[in-house]
Amino acid sequence: MATETTAAPSDGPAPSAPDRPHELARVRVPTRSVRSELRAIKVVWKRELIRFSRDRLRILTSLIQPFLFLFVLGTGISSIASAGTHGINFRTFIYPGVVCMAVMFTAMFSAASIVWDREFGFLREMMVAPVRRSSIVLGKCLGGATVAAFQGLIVIAISPLVGVPYELGLILELLGLALLLAFSITAFGVMFAARVNQMQSFMALMQMAIMPMFFISGALFSVASLPAWLAVLNRLDPLTYAVEPMRRAIFEHLNVSAAARRALDPGVTWFGWHVPTVVEAAVIALLGVVMLAIAIVEFSRAE
Amino acid sequence: MASPAPAISVHGLVKRYGEVVAVNGIEFEVGTGETFGFLGPNGAGKSTTINMLCTLVRPSGGSALVAGHDVVGERDDVRRNIGLVFQDTTLDGYLTAEENLRLHAELYGVPREAVAERMRQVLEMIGLWERRASPVNTFSGGMKRRLEIARGLLHSPRVLFLDEPTVGLDPQTRRSIWSYIRELKAREDITIFLTTHYMDEAEYCERIAIMDHGSIIVLDTPEALKASVGKDRVQIETYDDDAAIAALHERFGLDATVAEGAVTFGVPEGEHFVPRLFTELGQPIRSVNVSRPSLDDVFMSYTGTTIRDAESTGTDRMRNVARMMSR
Repeated sequence: MATETTAAPSDGPAPSAPDRPHELARVRVPTRSVRSELRAIKVVWKRELIRFSRDRLRILTSLIQPFLFLFVLGTGISSIASAGTHGINFRTFIYPGVVCMAVMFTAMFSAASIVWDREFGFLREMMVAPVRRSSIVLGKCLGGATVAAFQGLIVIAISPLVGVPYELGLILELLGLALLLAFSITAFGVMFAARVNQMQSFMALMQMAIMPMFFISGALFSVASLPAWLAVLNRLDPLTYAVEPMRRAIFEHLNVSAAARRALDPGVTWFGWHVPTVVEAAVIALLGVVMLAIAIVEFSRAE
Repeated sequence: MASPAPAISVHGLVKRYGEVVAVNGIEFEVGTGETFGFLGPNGAGKSTTINMLCTLVRPSGGSALVAGHDVVGERDDVRRNIGLVFQDTTLDGYLTAEENLRLHAELYGVPREAVAERMRQVLEMIGLWERRASPVNTFSGGMKRRLEIARGLLHSPRVLFLDEPTVGLDPQTRRSIWSYIRELKAREDITIFLTTHYMDEAEYCERIAIMDHGSIIVLDTPEALKASVGKDRVQIETYDDDAAIAALHERFGLDATVAEGAVTFGVPEGEHFVPRLFTELGQPIRSVNVSRPSLDDVFMSYTGTTIRDAESTGTDRMRNVARMMSR
């Protein structure tokens, strides 16, 4: 131990008072303000980014499942599905769902890190800080949203492989929707992470939530002419409101016949009303805000 | 040394968890600049007390002021003025030492222009300046603990809470942690509140409260506590321990037990007793050891059990629970 206590003078910037190297100057910590809350939000957000960027394996593994769906399932099914896709490649059809999937998995893992943080004690360091719990929860959700949207961007970047051309407007729209979805899913996960103390339980819970959401959303099939029960579930599934506008945006940038659009991208309707993209985005955002609020309330309760 | 306003003052503090009373109406004050220790076995209520004082656990009753602020009503004021080092590490192992400190500085709102300098100071103090860019996962247990102490000091708290600061560390590392703590006391005008279940560490404190079953049993300086025991500990090695114990009881009216492989008993002015022992015991003695009362003896005399025994029953309980759970 003793060997590492001697500081080499060559190391680091020259100290301002080299004759008193150990003198500790007191710092004054100001009382709480909006600025200090913003600093807290920013640093929690930044930690999420640093951790994500160090964890290359995670970046890779959370892409495996989306790519399996896209290239293995998508390629395998396209031969059977070709009769009903009006000449549209099946991979192109499921592509928006796969973007959402990549976003969802990453967002869930970000939320899960709260459970780790609790297990490894780090959550306590954040919980005793003289800042609002809401700042910490918000920072966490924004951090999760950022890394998940980044993961979505990786999938967006391979779009030419599934026949979707690079177009700035399209990329921005997809990215915007991915970001919204990422935020809402992180808030969803954080809401649960406030209550679940064990990683296994949390992961099981997330599996239980994600897979049904993914299947029901119409990521893999068209929501046109579904049986009534599935149509109702589909309208209740939040993911529907991310997959559908993404698909619409993609189809608008492709040469798709009117018949194909009717069959593959009929759009979401509420009692016959065609829900526009703006409203769909608002649904996602609203859900995110509600879940964020619940998460904040849960974390603000004294232990 | 102690100024009129105490750093910590606690009145009738209670914490109940359902039926269980973890802390049972404790009272004490800690003067500014004092090093104050809470001593007791695991499960005595030390950690619950510390958690209430640092606003992590809401008291069921009573009140506590830390650095002049109420732990319930002025939570943020308390938090700004305290530094915490927990039993278990609360560092982010994926971040570097520097990143952990910077995160803390941001959370506590340390003025931006002061952050870099203050970080250098605390890292140099604990001797980790050169390792500042290494991820915390690569640190040893002792290094992590030192980094936590540095982090606890980063925002210049008025009271530093150390919950079992050396638990799980080897003796050499424990000593080095203590030399950092003592050095720190010499440099910063800071009140230190610590919990420990190591007797030898309690002696570093200016005053000690012995806690057992949620109550403070006694509170005084280590010297006064040891003096109150009034007896020295005498340990003799014999060829026949049972015969020696019987003889001690018969000839001197002393109750002796076998502890640490030797016949052990307490007697006032032990060094004057030893000559009598040799002439009057009537049993051969292989070796004699006389020691002044330690805090172990203090704990024993106030609670009727050694801290290690109090501990092991607790551990047995936990083991039984673990066994039940795994079935």
